[in-house]
Amino acid sequence: MSNPELALLIAIPIIAATLPLLAGLKFEAVGWPIAALTAGVELALAGSVVSRVVAEGRFVHNLGGYPRTYGIELVVDEFSAVVISLIAVVTLVVVAYARRGGPRENAFYSAFLLLLGGLMGVGLTGDVFNMFVFLEIVGLATYALVAADRSARAALASLKYLIVGTAGASLYLVGVGFLLVATGTLNMTDLAATIPETVGYTDPLIVASFCFVAVGLSVKAAIFPLHTWISDAYAESPDTVTAYISGLASTLGAYALARLVYAVYTPAFFEAVPLAGDALVAFATVSIVAGSVLAVIQSDVKRMLAYSSVAQFGMIVAAFGLATEQALVGGIVHLVGHGLMKTALFLGVGVIASAYGIRTVRQYANLGYRSPVAVAAIAALLLGLVGVPPSIGFLGKWYIAWGAIEAGAPIVAAVVLFSTLLTLLYVARLLETMYFQPADDIEGAVTADGRGVRLLSDGGSGDDDDERPVSFGMVFVVAALSVAAVALGFAGPVFEAFLDPFLEAVL
Amino acid sequence: MSLLAQSAVEFLSTRYAYVTVVLLLAIGLYMMIASPNLVKKIIGLNLFQSAIFLFFIAMAYADGGSIPVIPTEGGAVGEYASPLPQVIVLTAIVVGVSLTAVALALIVRLYAAYGTLNEETIREVANE
Repeated sequence: MSNPELALLIAIPIIAATLPLLAGLKFEAVGWPIAALTAGVELALAGSVVSRVVAEGRFVHNLGGYPRTYGIELVVDEFSAVVISLIAVVTLVVVAYARRGGPRENAFYSAFLLLLGGLMGVGLTGDVFNMFVFLEIVGLATYALVAADRSARAALASLKYLIVGTAGASLYLVGVGFLLVATGTLNMTDLAATIPETVGYTDPLIVASFCFVAVGLSVKAAIFPLHTWISDAYAESPDTVTAYISGLASTLGAYALARLVYAVYTPAFFEAVPLAGDALVAFATVSIVAGSVLAVIQSDVKRMLAYSSVAQFGMIVAAFGLATEQALVGGIVHLVGHGLMKTALFLGVGVIASAYGIRTVRQYANLGYRSPVAVAAIAALLLGLVGVPPSIGFLGKWYIAWGAIEAGAPIVAAVVLFSTLLTLLYVARLLETMYFQPADDIEGAVTADGRGVRLLSDGGSGDDDDERPVSFGMVFVVAALSVAAVALGFAGPVFEAFLDPFLEAVL
Repeated sequence: MSLLAQSAVEFLSTRYAYVTVVLLLAIGLYMMIASPNLVKKIIGLNLFQSAIFLFFIAMAYADGGSIPVIPTEGGAVGEYASPLPQVIVLTAIVVGVSLTAVALALIVRLYAAYGTLNEETIREVANE
């Protein structure tokens, strides 16, 4: 079965990743055009793949023409179609932002495109070992990008992330080894069929492999207490990088976990070994509370948003662990919603940081009147993060809470609601600071008479265009994403109808 | 010899490869956590990964098996070692080497900035 567009989705960015470095020998600043072109091609390819999935459902590509017993399969079904469209859209948005806002070195764009290829690979692979390789490509590129602004603190954050992330990926590899010992195959479809036939779900090898895989991928998805890398990695990396990895890197970690749970172990495993599912949900639930509490006590905006990711991914993994139809839809919707909202929020924080050079919650005082458009977009996204309807944040939480009640786990539903209150706590603090806090007494804040202002933002007069660090495009990107996050709040039935074949196949 | 000791000896003599793997895993993990020296942390990480590679190799071993190559003159292929884990280990080694390279590059930069490889000292300086 040859559907080369799946292979092209992965191959094009990886090949394109070599071009900025090669062309950089002769030309300067070729990185951005190459990245923009690749992002455009990827979006078009992803669009054609999605339209085919809508028409025909799941389809596969056998790499090198080898059937799946020997070769590696690339698979796209409704779930991966959603994820690769998210990757394509976020990539395009971040590239658009990076034209003015981001690092301009050619090496940066090489790593960026490599990361894109790795993310696509995680999204499309149907082979558990191949998944490890792509996760490590994602990891490698991410570690390089986190340290991209060459500061020593970023290097330290990156090294910490590298050690924790590699340990996590290695644990995943141990789990893959156990699966191979138990069944002799690495293909997800074959594994799902072989496990119940040959060894059974309760075999110690299978249970142990699940533990290793779940712990390893939880590191990638930043589930408490395996989240320790996230705050430094997000806070110290350049704003463009933070937006990209917060939107996609952990998202693909959570996707990998869901893919393994549903395509390899299948919900029947949870029925045979109830402790496995319960433990996953329990850890995720603790993660929701711990992440929210940690976010509340932060004073740095980027760190606050980083810890908020721990809570949101806890919610997503809890949804995957519950394994009911509503919860699964909720998990997928929240995965997409969180990816879009966090990308937009970090881009918004980047706009503010490059306009005024401010980073802490207190310094945001009165900002709503200096940068009305950017701050209004951030405010809308923050409310989406809380889960105020109509927004995709509300939609995801609604389905997850509904699914939790359906699965007979009212505690999870209660925790989701409780975390909403905690989210409101740190979001409201920022909103109040931005709109109702006078800036006069706060060190480093941007006051009404312009003291502390580095440069204007939000358009303004166009004559000194090259001087201003914030372009109209950067603000536009953030605003457009906030509108999208609100508009997608109405897309619940669309998601449900689109994901229906996938849900029927796995549940 | 008591029954327990007998079974322990039997376990060690038949499963020594896996015992070695677990020992190496534990040593590598301990180095990663306990050593304040960044380079030693990376060595620990490598040890941890090597243990996993050995696990795959041990799993592929077949007692009395030959190499997984089909002879050109045809003929029956007897028992042979599984080639799949060996391919996996090759790939995983490449991944591990790249990770080590990135880690060492970061350490070089940290050393240039802080003049030390001691994690605790770096943390103290960085937090000031």
